[in-house]
Amino acid sequence: MMDDAAVVVENAEKWFGLNPALANVSLRVQPGEFVVLLGRNGAGKSTLLRVLARLVRPNRGRVRICGLDVARDPERGRERIGLVAHQTFLYPGLTARENLRLHARLHGLEGAGERVAAALTDAGLDLSADRPVRGFSRGMQQRLAIARATLHGPELVLLDEPFTGLDLEAAELLSGRLRQWAAAGRTVVMATHSLEEGLEGVTRWVLLDRGRIAAEWTGDSRAARSRYRQFLKEAPPGSEGRRH
Amino acid sequence: MKFWSQTAAVLMKDLLTEYRTRDVLTSMLLFGLLVILMFNFAFEPDSEEITKFGPGLLWMTFIFAGLLGMNRSFAGEKENDALEGLMLAPVKWSSIYLGKMLANLLFLLLAEAIILCLFSLLFNYGIWPRIGWMAAITFLGTLGFASVGTLLAAVSANTRMSEVMLPVLLVPLVLPVILGAVLATAANFAQPPEERVMFFWMQVLAAYDIIFVTLPLMTFDYVLEK
Repeated sequence: MMDDAAVVVENAEKWFGLNPALANVSLRVQPGEFVVLLGRNGAGKSTLLRVLARLVRPNRGRVRICGLDVARDPERGRERIGLVAHQTFLYPGLTARENLRLHARLHGLEGAGERVAAALTDAGLDLSADRPVRGFSRGMQQRLAIARATLHGPELVLLDEPFTGLDLEAAELLSGRLRQWAAAGRTVVMATHSLEEGLEGVTRWVLLDRGRIAAEWTGDSRAARSRYRQFLKEAPPGSEGRRH
Repeated sequence: MKFWSQTAAVLMKDLLTEYRTRDVLTSMLLFGLLVILMFNFAFEPDSEEITKFGPGLLWMTFIFAGLLGMNRSFAGEKENDALEGLMLAPVKWSSIYLGKMLANLLFLLLAEAIILCLFSLLFNYGIWPRIGWMAAITFLGTLGFASVGTLLAAVSANTRMSEVMLPVLLVPLVLPVILGAVLATAANFAQPPEERVMFFWMQVLAAYDIIFVTLPLMTFDYVLEK
């Protein structure tokens, strides 16, 4: 059966040893949606994103990305995904340009040279393009990581705590990118703690608690903030501190 | 075609990184030089012992220097979780393995060539008349070592004591390589050379290589997947 949803997760379960990281999670994200995953540390947000990116195989359940079963066709699934995480996935010994070129070659992109140059300009890194990434500030590295994750024009952008440790300039750039993606109808799923930044255009909020979806709602970020704070006050932090 | 281009991309990335940092080659060469110098103090050049133990000493130096290089091979991938960046690309993960294995093979062969020259120089060990066969034995032995070593370096990279874990896992698995390479080298340099024995052990090394280059290609997905 054809399914036009950007993300379909059905009854996904993931265990790390005896710890359930995801417990019977089902989620459907339509193309163009901007979904934010909320929850404490260890609630399962990062694991869910990694399951979507096929970095982690669920013990149970099915995942479809843009109509593709990622268990059967992981390579084609990953073609459609860009992941920005707290870690940058960059090689510090390579220059910014070389990092992007590597990514372009792995994706088999046509006109890689021009695309890389355009991405570097877009990230404000054209003057530092031929310097090793090791000498970059955290903000510059994160700007390059965003350029890297979106170089191949993914239909689905996954972001895992992308604002952590960013300087003001990089945070503004990322917020701008999120607004652009939302306006352009690109599907975005972002896990975050912070309800302060980059949340214009969010279409849905999904609250995870101890590996389960505890609540889902729509509305603006102010309402979401107050609802999340209410949850943090009321729900016991049973899984606080567990990390995967 | 795409598989080979992605393998080449991973290989070029490792070669470029090594060209910039020289981490792997420097550590292997320094260690190799130290070992050869220590053996040089322990054994007289031209002595009967060195004729007898030379092949063993040489391959022990290759293997232990190689272990250092293998440990470095995935260390760079852990920084910034760069390996996950490779895994996120639409590539067969076996192409990541093959690219890294070929890079390790090249680094090992380069280090071994230099170590072999030093060994010949310091011990007055006559390698030159049979250098072609020695190169073939070294290639076969190193290919087996690099193929298993790259796989186990990926396994041990995520363990708490990866520097210890790699030799513990790798050395028992490459015992056939060590045995075959030492005996083939000894037969090659025997006076007169024992070609029948040498060819037998080279065939053993080739069989090991075929198995242990193929197996990791089939299993690397399971090694990386969490």
